[in-house]
Amino acid sequence: MHPAAAAEPVHVVYWEKWVGVEGQAAQAVIDTFNRSQDRIIVDYYATSVPDRKTLVATAGGDPPDIAGLHEQNIATFADAEVLQPLDDFIHREGLTNEEWLSRYYPVYAKICTHGGHIYAGISTPAVEALYWNKTLFREAGLDPDRPPRTLAEFNDYARRLTRHDPKTGRLTQVGFLPQDPGWWPWIFCDWFGGRLVEGNRITFATDPHNVAAYAWMQSFTKEYGLENVKALSSEFGPWASPAAPFFTGKIAMVFQGVWYDNYIRQYKPGLDYGVGPWPENVPGVKDFAMAEADVLTIPRGAKHASEAWEFIKYLNSANPNAQSREELQGAELMDFLQLKNSPLRVWSPYFTNHNPHPHIAMMRLLSASPNATCVPQIGIWQEYYREVISSFDRVRLMDATPEEALAYSQARLDASWTRYRKSLERHGQWAALGETAP
Amino acid sequence: MTRNEKKQFRAGIGFTSLWIVGLAAFTAYPILASLYYSFCDYSILKSPVWIGLENYQQLAQDGLFWKSLRNTLFYAGLSVPLGTIVALGLAVLLNSEVRGKSAYRLLFFMPSIVPIVASSMLWLWIFNGQYGLMNGFLNLFLTPFGLHGPAWLADPAWSKPALVIMSLWGTGNAVVIYLAGLQNVPTELYEAAEIDGASAWQRFVHVTLPSIAPVVAFNGIMALISAMQLFAQAYIMSEGANGNGNASDGNPARSTLFYTIYLFSTAFQDLRMGYASAMAYILFLITAALTWAAARFSRGQYEDAV
Repeated sequence: MHPAAAAEPVHVVYWEKWVGVEGQAAQAVIDTFNRSQDRIIVDYYATSVPDRKTLVATAGGDPPDIAGLHEQNIATFADAEVLQPLDDFIHREGLTNEEWLSRYYPVYAKICTHGGHIYAGISTPAVEALYWNKTLFREAGLDPDRPPRTLAEFNDYARRLTRHDPKTGRLTQVGFLPQDPGWWPWIFCDWFGGRLVEGNRITFATDPHNVAAYAWMQSFTKEYGLENVKALSSEFGPWASPAAPFFTGKIAMVFQGVWYDNYIRQYKPGLDYGVGPWPENVPGVKDFAMAEADVLTIPRGAKHASEAWEFIKYLNSANPNAQSREELQGAELMDFLQLKNSPLRVWSPYFTNHNPHPHIAMMRLLSASPNATCVPQIGIWQEYYREVISSFDRVRLMDATPEEALAYSQARLDASWTRYRKSLERHGQWAALGETAP
Repeated sequence: MTRNEKKQFRAGIGFTSLWIVGLAAFTAYPILASLYYSFCDYSILKSPVWIGLENYQQLAQDGLFWKSLRNTLFYAGLSVPLGTIVALGLAVLLNSEVRGKSAYRLLFFMPSIVPIVASSMLWLWIFNGQYGLMNGFLNLFLTPFGLHGPAWLADPAWSKPALVIMSLWGTGNAVVIYLAGLQNVPTELYEAAEIDGASAWQRFVHVTLPSIAPVVAFNGIMALISAMQLFAQAYIMSEGANGNGNASDGNPARSTLFYTIYLFSTAFQDLRMGYASAMAYILFLITAALTWAAARFSRGQYEDAV
């Protein structure tokens, strides 16, 4: 080979969902990485539904080198043999899996792992917290700087923050509604101390804490009245719009992610709001939180897997001594530009002290919490999630009691899990996975 | 076959060979492969494992399969007859001698060329319970009685009727076909009926309808096939109105879980391609059976009328 040809940089194809601010941040980080060495050039392709496209492209033998997926894709895609484990790349760095994972806060380490293997690095971490409208707190005679600390207080605050039109009796404002945003009803199960999966068993309906969580979700419809809730909900605009109920003051408290500050600034600048931990629900479980992440994975058959790993490694590392914006690297540079928390345990002085996110300290506290949790890494999660949502709809619309809704879903999920296990057994995968079930 | 015929045959095959290759590779092969996969445990990347009739047996016991089928038949059962009545009614009106006939025809045809995503977003707003045009109109009549229009797409009881109403928006194609049919009805039949003292309604029932019966049957069957495959608008509007994080599950409470939506989530979220292939073949059989029944029924009606 001609020496000049050997020196040609390798182009790594990276499919990612982000456009807009997040996309620009990703591109800036990629540019920094590309400038930092002369061997690899990462080419960023903004791609809608990258998970489905990755699946089809991998089946067709022409996958991207890096696929930006959601954390809930990992187990399903890994079991379907779409993704390759990153273990060997990590070992080549002279690290064990445990050593690599110990660099992350525990919840993010859990997100990257399935069946005893590491399948992903983090691209964009998130953590969810309690947001409250301080103006509405003041109007209700509550201390705007003191969020509810227990579930009992939370329920009491929710009641005190609820308003009716004196003439028509219609709801005009509520303290809280679990359907806003309604993306993660399952997290309330965890918050109540429940487990969705226990060993190799689905415990959606069999864990009484989950039933209690759904009863709590239904209690808001019971208290406000179904027709009243429907009427009020129909006034809610999309969550990322000026008509979102938290922005218009129709809902006083929501659980939302680290990204919410970006949207508040965009759609309701000047909103007087606070951010705090989830109220203590199970005695002794403090700083409960939910964490999520968009992840970087390498599909099987990727043409430049080693180079793809180099970029994943870069984006999952940081300069712990960064004292200026220019010295930020990898994860911290991405999270600084996207106004997110870092998933890594060690934060540099600049990232910690000059972070543009006004509530970054709270986000760090929650993401570092040993009680932070995430979706279970189970191959049937998509089916599980649909059952979670369906049961949630049924209880909030008073179509079923929590026991009935969860029992129906449990029966379906038991059948799905049995069928899924059988499929893994047929393909000779269960023996390895069964040992490390979620 | 004579030498000339053989030559012509070879030339014909030659000219159509590209199409034949395309048909074989991109239509026939996937159809046959999916039939094979419907008897397999198959998730795209792993090798398919033959499991016989297991997928079909599981389908028979799958509550959601039956629910999605019920939802789809409910939608088809309402939207096909209603769409036929509306399209035929419009065609009859547009066939009459009024000023600006062409402009009206254009007006009623235009919605059917609006892309489905755009029209779905538009109808999301029309069906918004609080600010939507639909309730704005209905509330003019309901408010005096202390009532209020429903939440439509956010209410399990009203979400399917909402999609049926929306389906009427795209009747323009059927109207055009009905118009062509109406213009082929011999005017002497109307004149004879009029001389015999037939009223407008009697002329419509005894002259127009029998004359265009094949057109009605064609439109009805096409509408039925299309209704059984309802996907895009339900997929977009279910998520748009209920925002359940892209669960693709016919929210609220699976009231708009139509057959193809369930098939889609099974295939592309759960990666159960074998099961989804079995669902596709069942849908094919159901659609074929309904089409056959509709064709047979309409032929009977047509022959009776003639």
